[in-house]
Amino acid sequence: MSENILLEVKDLKKHFRVRGSLTKKVRAVDGVNFYIKRGETLGFVGESGCGKTTLGRLVLKLIEPTSGKIFFEGKDITKAKGRELKEYWRNAQMVFQDPHTSLNPKMTIASILLEPIRFYKIDVGDEEEFLAKQMELVGLGREHLYRYPHELSGGQKQRVAILRAIITRPKFIVLDEPTSALDVSVQAQILELLKDLQRKFSLTYMFISHDISVVKYMSNRMAVMYLGKIVELGPSDPLFENPLHPYTKFLLAAVPIPDPKIARSREKILIKGEPPSPINPPPGCRFHPRCPFAMDKCRREEPPLIEVERDRFVACWLYASK
Amino acid sequence: MDFIYILLKKIIWKYAGLREKISPGWIQKNSSRIREWELMAYAYSRSPIGVLGGLIVFVTFILAVIGPMISWEPYWEYKIIINESYRYMPPCLPPSCTGSPLLGTDEWGRDIIAMSLYGIRISFVISIVVVVLGAPLGIILGLIAGYKGGVVDEAIMRITDIFLAFPGLVLAIAFASVLPQRIRGALESNSILRAFFAGLFGLREAEYAQIAALLSIWLAMVLVWWPGYARIVRGSVLSIREMPFIEAAKLSGLSTWSILFRHVLPNVISPVLVMMTFDIATATLFAASLSFLGLGPQEPVPELGFLISKAGYYFPERSSHVVAFLGIILLVMALGWNLLGDALRDILDPRTRRAIEYRMEKEKKK
Amino acid sequence: MEGKLELPEGVVLKVEDLVVKFYTYSGVVHAVSKVSFYVKEGETVALVGETGCGKSVTTRALTRLIESPGRIEEGRVLFRRRNGEVVDLLKVDFETLRQIRGNEIAYIFQDPTSALDPLYTIGFHIHETIEAHVGKIPKKETLRRGIELLRQVLIPSPEVRVKNYPHEMSGGMRQRSVIAISLSNNPRLLIADEPTTNLDVTVQAQILDLLEKLQEQYKMGMILITHNLGIVAEVADRVYVMYAGKIVEEGKTEQIFYNPQHPYTKLLLRAVPDPTKKIEKLESIPGVIPSLINPPPGCRFTDRCPYAMDKCRREEPPLIEVEPGHKATCWLLVKRG
Repeated sequence: MSENILLEVKDLKKHFRVRGSLTKKVRAVDGVNFYIKRGETLGFVGESGCGKTTLGRLVLKLIEPTSGKIFFEGKDITKAKGRELKEYWRNAQMVFQDPHTSLNPKMTIASILLEPIRFYKIDVGDEEEFLAKQMELVGLGREHLYRYPHELSGGQKQRVAILRAIITRPKFIVLDEPTSALDVSVQAQILELLKDLQRKFSLTYMFISHDISVVKYMSNRMAVMYLGKIVELGPSDPLFENPLHPYTKFLLAAVPIPDPKIARSREKILIKGEPPSPINPPPGCRFHPRCPFAMDKCRREEPPLIEVERDRFVACWLYASK
Repeated sequence: MDFIYILLKKIIWKYAGLREKISPGWIQKNSSRIREWELMAYAYSRSPIGVLGGLIVFVTFILAVIGPMISWEPYWEYKIIINESYRYMPPCLPPSCTGSPLLGTDEWGRDIIAMSLYGIRISFVISIVVVVLGAPLGIILGLIAGYKGGVVDEAIMRITDIFLAFPGLVLAIAFASVLPQRIRGALESNSILRAFFAGLFGLREAEYAQIAALLSIWLAMVLVWWPGYARIVRGSVLSIREMPFIEAAKLSGLSTWSILFRHVLPNVISPVLVMMTFDIATATLFAASLSFLGLGPQEPVPELGFLISKAGYYFPERSSHVVAFLGIILLVMALGWNLLGDALRDILDPRTRRAIEYRMEKEKKK
Repeated sequence: MEGKLELPEGVVLKVEDLVVKFYTYSGVVHAVSKVSFYVKEGETVALVGETGCGKSVTTRALTRLIESPGRIEEGRVLFRRRNGEVVDLLKVDFETLRQIRGNEIAYIFQDPTSALDPLYTIGFHIHETIEAHVGKIPKKETLRRGIELLRQVLIPSPEVRVKNYPHEMSGGMRQRSVIAISLSNNPRLLIADEPTTNLDVTVQAQILDLLEKLQEQYKMGMILITHNLGIVAEVADRVYVMYAGKIVEEGKTEQIFYNPQHPYTKLLLRAVPDPTKKIEKLESIPGVIPSLINPPPGCRFTDRCPYAMDKCRREEPPLIEVEPGHKATCWLLVKRG
């Protein structure tokens, strides 16, 4: 395996049991393969129920995978427990969607930030001086340290949440819709901050969002998910300009573009219906019931994720023969 | 009610000053917390009901502490032995009547005001201890059940259900028939234990048999008291544990116990505190009713419920004053806690929080 | 009613100097301050702004849907009824207002789940809405109309769906049903308050497309409230940009997007990532929205504005017409002109 790869995921699956049923399962994540290179941002887009949030939590081992393997820096951490897992979490962190619920309302900002420092027994000298310096990194000041979360605005809270994630100087951060709960002008501030921190600490990001414009802006490569599977993965710009998988085409065509001329001149292609339930996904390719190019083969066999061009992966029988 | 606010504020700052002395910089680091406390003090001082409740509780507390000491008649001296006419003497209110006890006497010719001072101590201690021992048991079980989920949750909650379904009265009867002898034996052989409990209830060591009876209803109550807490805590934990900040705490490396006590507990404790306050009132009445039914201590212990039950034989012709006076004491004690709980619920309710904050700021400006 | 009210030809709604205040314990919130705008028949007008800018309050005030502690203080809302009569919605008696609401002016709110009563079927909701305006009507008749409406909003197998309860449908389906219900009386004006915010992009595209088609078919005016500039670019004919309870800029969609005049609009447009362009850096607007309790006397954007002058702090800038139909309130424009 290349030295360059920080995190690799192989055939990862997570099936949730449906309450009150012994046999029904939600196939939230169903056989996902990808790798993330050091220093890059890999974006994940998809609609609700596609499994992108579950995937983020699986990668961090916040939930146990049903099967598959996760490698971090070449080490298999799928079965990591106790000390090994804590060591992994020192290097892999997460920023959550809603800053209002990701900070404990009963704790001051300082005590929230000190938790990981004290747990990992990181020597920081004078704690207060250290925290004040850290707050500057995310554009906050010493005066915010002893406040409670409800005394801060949404944007400030998200800054604190980001600081908590980077305070142990991890290598890898999962960003789960970090700006979805924020206003447009604040969103821009947070996105720029994330980019800035990535450069400063050479961080690797896994950026999960339903907002394709934001993912495209933030990511080097992006993966499109549909019903628990990656259907397309590739460098962001070419993927956006020339999507290969039929679902990606529909998805990108639906993204509203803040430019009236482009928005109105482009061809409108609307997808039919809505995603089926992940409890009983259709056999073969999961997209075939809604796909205008569906062939017989699509209904029977599941297409594998294959590299059709350099760095561009797609799971579709249309490209399999090439 | 300004003086209450000023008083509470003084207490808060005294405490802060103390902490500052121990670790310099404490006040600056906890300025938000102090502000929070001041806010609570303000909210409390603006609630007439809460202030009244607090006052009642405070007075009961003082009476409970000093009652047995200032009581002018020892409860173990039966005046009727000297003269049968002391039994259930009617109230004697000046100026029309002087010389005999103000509110009359009880079955054994003792001044009932003096006896009620002993009684208040007993009721107060029992109710507080039942809740203080029962609640943590319930809270811990509720925390574990809610956080762990699955089989652990099922097991704990089914046991809780069994206890919840078990009538407290029946359990108390069973305990009252079996336990007193055992406890009496233990008290008999252990003089430290005997002295401790006698001191706690404000009784003589010689009454250890009655103390054993008190302890048995006490144990019965603790045993049936926790399930309510387990349920309410589990319910809150179920919603808290889905919060991202719990996941974030996990990622910060914290162990399950640290997460439970540092992150989960502080967020579920408010309703529990309110419930505890209400429960002290209920426990006061429950303990009194148990001894009213004869399950508690017997004479000479002047337990309020027991005195009322004795007065029942002569009710209403000769003993209505005893029933009325002791009944009112129990009522007021319970009412005090209920009023306090009501105010506490409003103070701890985050929804009314901002309104209070703004009112306080506005008044400060004036 | 005093005098005869008039509206220019083709205008269905005209709002003049609307003022809404909320009397809260913390003080008077100036939620909407002197807002004026108009909507023509068959036109889509977008009200754009961030959380708390007053866009939702404005549209609710149109049919007096403001609840205590809110109060509509000033202004006129002129509306041309189906019979051609022009009324001031803030003055008409309650019965007339009730007839207009849900009949001539229909609302679609952000959350389709809370707009539907879980105890009743979609068909019953439609029946109820129609009955409220035409009086007693047999269920059979409204059922037929319901099926037809559901077919129009592209719900598959409407004969079955009309008998469904809200929980039996997906989010997108529910929002379509809400649209169907609001269309049941052929409204002249549709007010869509963030109609697609909780929906996935592909469903959002479907709903927006549907709204556009229906609007054409019914010739209704539409007020679209959104914070998403992408949606504005897709569907709006004209745009009003709101900031802190005021309209800071108005104009045709192209004018706003290609020639923004107010600094807030300029910054906002550069804060949104456009996936079709290569962007080096997003513009972020420093600071936060000012409190609407005792707002500053001058321009409300002053504190966050990179071009703020002394005058901005003291005096409120006038509305300047930059090009035909394109106006903005900013002292910079006065200086130049």
